[in-house]
Amino acid sequence: MRIRVGTRKVPIPPLFILGVIGLIAVAIADTLLNPYIVSVISFIFLYMMLAVSLNITNGFTGLFSLGHPAFMGIGGYTAALLVFPAARKIHLLPNLPQWLSVQQWPFFPAILIGGLFAALVAFIIGYPVLRLKGHYLGVATIGTIFIMRVVFRNAEQFTRGSLGLNGIPFKSSIWWIYLFLVITVYVAWKIKFSSFGRALFAMRENEMAASSLGINVTSMKMIAFVVGAFFAGISGGLWAHLTTVITPDSFSVGLAFNIVVMVVIGGSGSITGSLVAAGGISLLIEYLRPLEEMLGLYGLGQIIISIALLLVLIFRVRGLFGTSEPKLLRNNSQRDIS
Amino acid sequence: MYVTEIFINGLIQGSLYALIAIGFTMIYGILRLINFAHGDVIMIGAFINIGLLKMSVPWPIAIACVLVLGAFIGFVIDKVAFYPMRDAPQVTGFIASLALSLLIQNLGILLFTAQPKNFSLPDFFRENIIVGGVKVTFLSIIIIFSSIILLALLLLFVHKTKMGVAMRATAENMRVARLMGIKVNTVIMVAFMIGSALAAYAGMLWGGRYGQVDPLMGFLPGLKAFVAAVIGGVGSIAGAAIGGYLLGFSEILFVGLLPGRMSGYRDAFVFGLLILILLFMPNGILGKSEEQRA
Repeated sequence: MRIRVGTRKVPIPPLFILGVIGLIAVAIADTLLNPYIVSVISFIFLYMMLAVSLNITNGFTGLFSLGHPAFMGIGGYTAALLVFPAARKIHLLPNLPQWLSVQQWPFFPAILIGGLFAALVAFIIGYPVLRLKGHYLGVATIGTIFIMRVVFRNAEQFTRGSLGLNGIPFKSSIWWIYLFLVITVYVAWKIKFSSFGRALFAMRENEMAASSLGINVTSMKMIAFVVGAFFAGISGGLWAHLTTVITPDSFSVGLAFNIVVMVVIGGSGSITGSLVAAGGISLLIEYLRPLEEMLGLYGLGQIIISIALLLVLIFRVRGLFGTSEPKLLRNNSQRDIS
Repeated sequence: MYVTEIFINGLIQGSLYALIAIGFTMIYGILRLINFAHGDVIMIGAFINIGLLKMSVPWPIAIACVLVLGAFIGFVIDKVAFYPMRDAPQVTGFIASLALSLLIQNLGILLFTAQPKNFSLPDFFRENIIVGGVKVTFLSIIIIFSSIILLALLLLFVHKTKMGVAMRATAENMRVARLMGIKVNTVIMVAFMIGSALAAYAGMLWGGRYGQVDPLMGFLPGLKAFVAAVIGGVGSIAGAAIGGYLLGFSEILFVGLLPGRMSGYRDAFVFGLLILILLFMPNGILGKSEEQRA
């Protein structure tokens, strides 16, 4: 398919077509399906967003970070504190500083501020932590999750401690979540097929070689980490306004694990892979949950996911798509990385 | 008196961390693998002990059973998850160990539900003995002394037996060790078995000390024991013991000396310490510098 731009005819980007198809699907889902199924789809979109954004850090750059839930938590609490109606904030959080308790922001800017704040924290944490390599970075970022959880538990003035914030207004309609998913995929895609993305992939393959070719390894790592954290913060805000309850335990190592599973099974570095794996796995999680409750077999879903990951690691380490995107979705100018 | 109390508590906490850290350090020394599932062996040990005491097995036999079954679990973990990916890159093993850890935790939830269970040792473990003007339970004494004995035995094993020498050789250089006729896979298997046996034993003591067990109890202590191993220098057995005691003491001191409202930040302190040590002293106290961590 081609469209006319000025005097030339250019092909419509396949991703754009996919996005429009998604939009139509969302419209159909929102009008025809019952609210429960719509919320399940919203969660699936959120997981897709999380997986794609973690892929920027873990897949493209090879920084094995597990810190996503920590940044989600920051974004979630920030956005929730800004959106909460001022009248109710006084009762729920009486010790909140004056300047914060009078705020009552619209949804969109609050979510953005949540993402930016998460990015800022990632910048501060990344400064020491990104010096670590390989699995040591993984351990340090798990440590970050625990540190953030302790902070959320103890900063009762802002977070009500382990009680968490409840009654957060429901604002994350499927439309908002889809919008942010599209933005995330678009940004990840643009990064992947840019010179910046090439630099990230080069660093992943061989850091020393990349650095001797003039790539500023330290700042590239930092940018990849901060961009990942920004989208994690955004999805944290969306998460808070979808579930309407957040506690310090909402953002756990288990969640980090599930996102990593999506990236690894989809193929580290493949956006399509992340989308497909996130869709499949979160569908599995959502549909096994009622089954678990019915049969009393709690933990079954997680067991299946863990075994699936072990099998993928043993028999097909590259995951479903490796690092590549299917040819169908690429422009001719977007050469694949393999 | 307050000082003695802090000292004894530090010693207990340190013993537990030291026992768990040994397993991390042995596996890391040989395979360069951070084995997260190690923490969950603590939980398995505690649950095995509950089962044994319910069947009214006498406690000395129960302890022996915990050690043997712990070793068996180490064997299974090695064969099922890590043997098939011996040559895979570091991070792959790390992800696999996380998967295994969640697998074990959720199997625990499936079998025993997530509700905490009471863990009661026979009564005389809770009898008090006066040491230096402080009441100490018999269990605490057992924790402290049995850990020291086990650590001493382990050091003897590693330095005086043929298997121990093979183990150190493998940790030094796996390829050369294989060329010298050492059965590397057997050595790795033995390392997994010893580490898991000690962790399972620590789990039993942990349950006895805190009186409650649940399927998720192992992850955080395991992670902290890893911090202990890093403090001591990953790969060094004596280092892991020292790191364990240091971490135990500093945690108890952190809670004991700082004002009460700070004690909630105990875990944050431990992981902050981890990041600092990895950055400024990546080889820990006794570790050898051989690879890049930072």
